[in-house]
Amino acid sequence: MEQKNIPPKNISPKYISKASLKAWLAKVKDDGRHIYAPVTENGKTNFKRVKSVDEISMAHIQTAQSAKGAVFPRTEKLFSYARQQGDVALQDYNPGDIPDTVVFGLHPCDAAAFKALSGIFNWGAQDKPFSERMQRVTLVGVSCSRSDVFCFCTSVGGHPGSAEGSDILLTAIGDDGYLVEIITDRGQALVEKSADLFEAAAGISKEEHLASAPARFSVEEVQRKMAGSFESDIWKKQSARCIGCGACAFVCPACACFDIQENAKGNGTGDRIRCWDSCGFSLFTLHTSGHNPRSVQSQRWRQRLLHKLCYMPDRLSVRGCTGCGRCSRACPVDMNLAEHLKEFERL
Amino acid sequence: MADNIYLPYLVTIEKITQEAPGVKTFRLKFKDEEVARSFEFKAGQFGEYSAFGEGECTFCIASPPTRKGYIECTFREAGKVTTALAGLEEGQTMGFRGPYGNTFPMDEWKGKSLLFIAGGIALPPMRCVIWNALDTRSSYRDINILYGAKSVADLVYKHELKEWEERPDVNLLTTVDPGGETPEWKGQVGFVPAVLEKMNPAAENTIAIVCGPPVMIKFTFPALDKLGFKPENIYTTLENRMKCGVGKCGRCNVGSKYVCKDGPVFSRTQLEALPAEY
Repeated sequence: MEQKNIPPKNISPKYISKASLKAWLAKVKDDGRHIYAPVTENGKTNFKRVKSVDEISMAHIQTAQSAKGAVFPRTEKLFSYARQQGDVALQDYNPGDIPDTVVFGLHPCDAAAFKALSGIFNWGAQDKPFSERMQRVTLVGVSCSRSDVFCFCTSVGGHPGSAEGSDILLTAIGDDGYLVEIITDRGQALVEKSADLFEAAAGISKEEHLASAPARFSVEEVQRKMAGSFESDIWKKQSARCIGCGACAFVCPACACFDIQENAKGNGTGDRIRCWDSCGFSLFTLHTSGHNPRSVQSQRWRQRLLHKLCYMPDRLSVRGCTGCGRCSRACPVDMNLAEHLKEFERL
Repeated sequence: MADNIYLPYLVTIEKITQEAPGVKTFRLKFKDEEVARSFEFKAGQFGEYSAFGEGECTFCIASPPTRKGYIECTFREAGKVTTALAGLEEGQTMGFRGPYGNTFPMDEWKGKSLLFIAGGIALPPMRCVIWNALDTRSSYRDINILYGAKSVADLVYKHELKEWEERPDVNLLTTVDPGGETPEWKGQVGFVPAVLEKMNPAAENTIAIVCGPPVMIKFTFPALDKLGFKPENIYTTLENRMKCGVGKCGRCNVGSKYVCKDGPVFSRTQLEALPAEY
């Protein structure tokens, strides 16, 4: 954590061929690290722990799920308990179980979202399960050479070639290899042991190998208008067809709302776990009394957008949206976030 | 690396008091002697209480910080966790995380009169403040308490109500909703806002602390307006649903504020600056 954002001094970009990249990742894996990378199965590409680097596929524009599970798993044990005749013994969370992990092949929007997650989990009290994972993860990003209609990173401060959040950023140069930018000490540590696989990269222009992704709106303007639109009808209009399924939150790389639940195993033993949750669910804020501060879907849609675009920048100095477009791709009723955000600009 | 903020302290249930039908008070002692010695909190703070096997519930600490060596919570059996907690017995173990949240600014209130207005199961958060004020009685001027419940049986802390009633330095008014009275009932009959207007407390140099169900708060604020209470002199404590208690899980987020971190105590001035999502 402490070395995370310190850039190493004077490291010039390098080049690695596709064959050498495989050799490098195989070495990283043989050193005992887990590698999470995009794998295509049944037509869907998702981050998975790979047994062989041959499983990795980079043909997608966007994985269905983001890479956040590497530091914020869908369900995670917080501690264990054992009840016995009225007494209780607790077993604390054990970070020793967490492997050193390399997340390979995440796009700049996903890498940038780790900053948003860190903001949420570490403001005030530090979240140990999250931090222990962050300390053991190295992010090897890959710039986007393609984008689709759902992508809008450049509208929310990102870029198809942005290095923010990555420890190492690769950019595909044609079909044969990658430009390698080493961003942090942690990234450097991953490269050091295999230095012979990397070549000098003089004269390669990164920009011409990146996807074109023109900005669609001014996020500052959207943010300003949105902050003053709490009572506006726009929330109802936009969310009239929202069914509150929560898919947007589950695929979002920056959504971090969670539930805490008991995973009872019988015999008085069990784990306290946390699991992904969503402010879009009607039960999220429901009181036992039946009172619900956000009782209708438009209020929950409003919360989702305001939290990401206004409240998080206000409290954590980081936006809760990196423009990956997954929420729009996953939405069963075709709500398009970029289009909806653009509507605020016109208010 | 910091401690695991989700790991509760283990506490022993030292004493259980049945306050009203379905309402119990637990007196809790920390099992770890070092924690028991060093644990500190201030009036208004809350905690997450564990019934291992069922989960956690959020309640304020209902005992005052002036009484050391234990903490108390009062809760109504309503959901899964509170039902599990209610099934525990004296001597058994449960969990506690806290203290969390901000506090009532009791130091700023020194030299002023205090008016407590509570409804039903919302007396517990206020009981902490009331005893805190009574245990440091000379710091405050008049202490007025208006407490209402649905019925006579639903009034909590009946022994303490009697004690407050008998104290010459406390003015207590209790009321039950129409139809909730018994033949022996000597208190008021009527809803809290109406009884408040009848009580007619002086607003000058007085802090009003209001806690109750949303509908009570909704009608009590206008009554306080009529009596001349300024928004900055009215305080309440919010009870949004919570899970983590430390500003991460997202449930209690209201505007840019988190009830668990920025609250639960808010002045009415602060409340009015928030969207009405509480």
